[in-house]
Amino acid sequence: MAIEILMPALSPTMTEGKLARWLKAEGDAVKSGDVLAEIETDKATMEMEAVDEGTMGKILVAAGTEGVAVNTPIAIMLEEGETAADLGKVMEKAGPSSTPVAHNDGPQAALMAQAPAVAAPAHVEKEYDKYNRQTVREALRDAMAEEMRRDEGVFLLGEEVAQYQGAYKVSQGLLDEFGDRRVIDTPITEMGFTGLAVGAAFAGLKPIVEFMTMNFSMQAIDHVINSAAKTLYMSGGQQPCPIVFRGPNGAAARVAAQHSQDFASWYAHCPGLKVVAPWSAADAKGLLKAAIRDPNPVVVLENEILYGQSFDVPDDPDFIVPIGKAKIERPGEHVTIVTYSRMVGTSLEAAAMLEKDGISAEVINLRSLRPIDIDSIVASVKKTNRIVSVEEGWAYAGIGSEIAALMMEHCFDWLDAPVIRVCGADVPMPYAANLERLYLPTPEGIADAGRKVCYAK
Amino acid sequence: MATTSKRKAKVAEIGPDQLIGWYRDMLQIRRFEEKAGQLYGMGLIGGFCHLYIGQEAVVVGMQSAAGETDSVITSYRDHGQMLACGMDAKGVMAELTGRIGGYSKGKGGSMHMFSREKRFYGGHGIVGAQVPIGTGLGFAHKYTGDQGVCHVYLGDGALNQGQVYESFNMAALWKLPVVYVIENNKYAMGTSSERHAAGTELFKRGAAYGIPGEAVDGMSVQAVYEAASKALEHARSGNGPYILEMKTYRYRGHSMSDPAKYRTKEEVTKMREQHDPIDTLKNRLLEAGLVDEAVLKEMDREVKAIVSEAAEFAQSSPEPDVSELWTDVLIEA
Ligand SMILES: Cc1ncc(C[n+]2csc(CCOP(=O)(O)OP(=O)(O)O)c2C)c(N)n1
Ligand SMILES: [Mg+2]
Repeated sequence: MAIEILMPALSPTMTEGKLARWLKAEGDAVKSGDVLAEIETDKATMEMEAVDEGTMGKILVAAGTEGVAVNTPIAIMLEEGETAADLGKVMEKAGPSSTPVAHNDGPQAALMAQAPAVAAPAHVEKEYDKYNRQTVREALRDAMAEEMRRDEGVFLLGEEVAQYQGAYKVSQGLLDEFGDRRVIDTPITEMGFTGLAVGAAFAGLKPIVEFMTMNFSMQAIDHVINSAAKTLYMSGGQQPCPIVFRGPNGAAARVAAQHSQDFASWYAHCPGLKVVAPWSAADAKGLLKAAIRDPNPVVVLENEILYGQSFDVPDDPDFIVPIGKAKIERPGEHVTIVTYSRMVGTSLEAAAMLEKDGISAEVINLRSLRPIDIDSIVASVKKTNRIVSVEEGWAYAGIGSEIAALMMEHCFDWLDAPVIRVCGADVPMPYAANLERLYLPTPEGIADAGRKVCYAK
Repeated sequence: MATTSKRKAKVAEIGPDQLIGWYRDMLQIRRFEEKAGQLYGMGLIGGFCHLYIGQEAVVVGMQSAAGETDSVITSYRDHGQMLACGMDAKGVMAELTGRIGGYSKGKGGSMHMFSREKRFYGGHGIVGAQVPIGTGLGFAHKYTGDQGVCHVYLGDGALNQGQVYESFNMAALWKLPVVYVIENNKYAMGTSSERHAAGTELFKRGAAYGIPGEAVDGMSVQAVYEAASKALEHARSGNGPYILEMKTYRYRGHSMSDPAKYRTKEEVTKMREQHDPIDTLKNRLLEAGLVDEAVLKEMDREVKAIVSEAAEFAQSSPEPDVSELWTDVLIEA
């Protein structure tokens, strides 16, 4: 059958173009790959190559014609053994092109902002018979050790995690127990080892990637977002990436701007990731275990200053903290304080101060930032009608901004005062001790915000 | 096309069947890519679409030396790799047109397709990112002891990314079963390798890590096959990674909208006429009387039929349902 040659689209945006020049005349033999014509697009002059072999039968659009729409038939080629007589058949049906063109009539509405994944109804914290006193550091180590005993595919890699026992001693003892096949010192090569771990996860292993601090995860953020978080989606659900990215996040002490930053909103921004931020040792153990078992990429934002603090941890081999569930650390009636990580402790101090003023504050430890436990926050605000968010990070597009927006969407009519965000100062972290103190939220500052939303001064 | 990888032979005993198999596999990639270019021209494929035309001998030679458990990973120039891994032409073409029948349900597109079944770990759009990921696949081969080697394809331009050297270091340090296949097609977009690489012997880039490397005529499928057999054997036997620099050439622009002004027409014509991997093999087969011209013609028709069927499927398969927008973000846990 003679072949119709259509005006090609030669760029993602081209709709029409000029047929500048024909390089084959009627009757010329054509091999695949031969240049047939030159076409001027909005951006450049491009050559149009033949796909099929044969003879140029008839030129339908003369050289020099402008404004030729994409998909218009411009010539007819004859295949081996065909003659001019075969032209007629094609010409009859040439007319308007019958070529289907992709179109997308999906409703625009689908593209409008939708609330991010929201977790199931507020859950009741389980009570355990026995608790052990442990530091956050020990709890994290135990979580990894227990999961490594449970699942042969779990392994830890990062800088100084093995022989040095962890830059902050979180992986203490793991090399001795599991050997260098599963506890692996990497070169200082974040992007490389993060990509490598993603590859191992693609193949079904369950890597735990320790960033010496989350600041250095910026070297590798491409793999966290572009490789780990998006692949399941891009593969149409075929290629999972069961991986944990963990390390200390947020302000440390006196290490200045490049080593003190809360990346919570950076990671929580991205669909395809789960993000948790433990406060207590129980949070740390339960959330890290949940993260390792989760079939998705999970970012665990720890905190260096909390590593040495001790808390009660349930003594139960099945203890786990489900991702997506907040915890009410202190019930109250007049104002809800929502926060995560180290700021939970600071907020509890603020709540104690407010108590003295006769204000009863409910402190919610988010524990999970994506998905966020919107139900627990809403339930609390329907009771207190007032809310303050607290975080170390910057206010702009921060976790508090998200909470404020969620309040607009979910309980606007229940609010008796505008949301207040208590955040890190809108500057890079200063080095000087006095300035550093001014940078982070304080119990006093949080208590002030609590009084403000209660219109009490 | 999965058949080729099964059609394994010792280097010494390459017979007519092997040669004809290579011819067919290369031809199928060529015809598929030509068709993809055509569909792009018709507005059925959008965005970026990087064709493999000219480079067919590389992946076909590599795959015919591959082991049963080997894995493959590459960049966005991935259609040839997918076909050579035995992925279905219909599913690949339908992904190019963004339809539900595509390998990623139309959500990945030309640069992002995966087949765990065929151990093809993607198409990756970030230059160089596939290199540590592929090194990690090698890590997993070693970890599980499944005897596999990961074939990591990267461009000459990608070779300048820092993470490539981080990967080389780890792969050598830990003796990972990885073969890095540099597809040196002489250009990174519009920049020739002379202008982007200090030192043009790219196979030596692993020397500092003790990784053996060699340059290979990437326009000769047999040369590729022979080098691949050696490199894969090296990696599989626990000796660590190996680098193959495939001297190859892409005939088309970097992607569809590249007017390719950075090289002369003569340069392209010369490669096509004197070094085309498919024509060269065809002439060799005919001159040595190993196959009848009629047999090759019939093969041509078969390949065309497969590609036409793929193109029809890619147009008739519906677009994904709008509800797909919200799925596959996380796994229910
Ligand atoms: C990190 C990153 N930088 C830049 C780009 C844009 N880009 C896409 S392909 C390419 C050239 C790569 O050339 P090469 O590695 O030689 O591969 P080839 O396209 O020749 O196969 C560039 C600069 C990108 N995708 N990712
Ligand atoms: Mg290149």
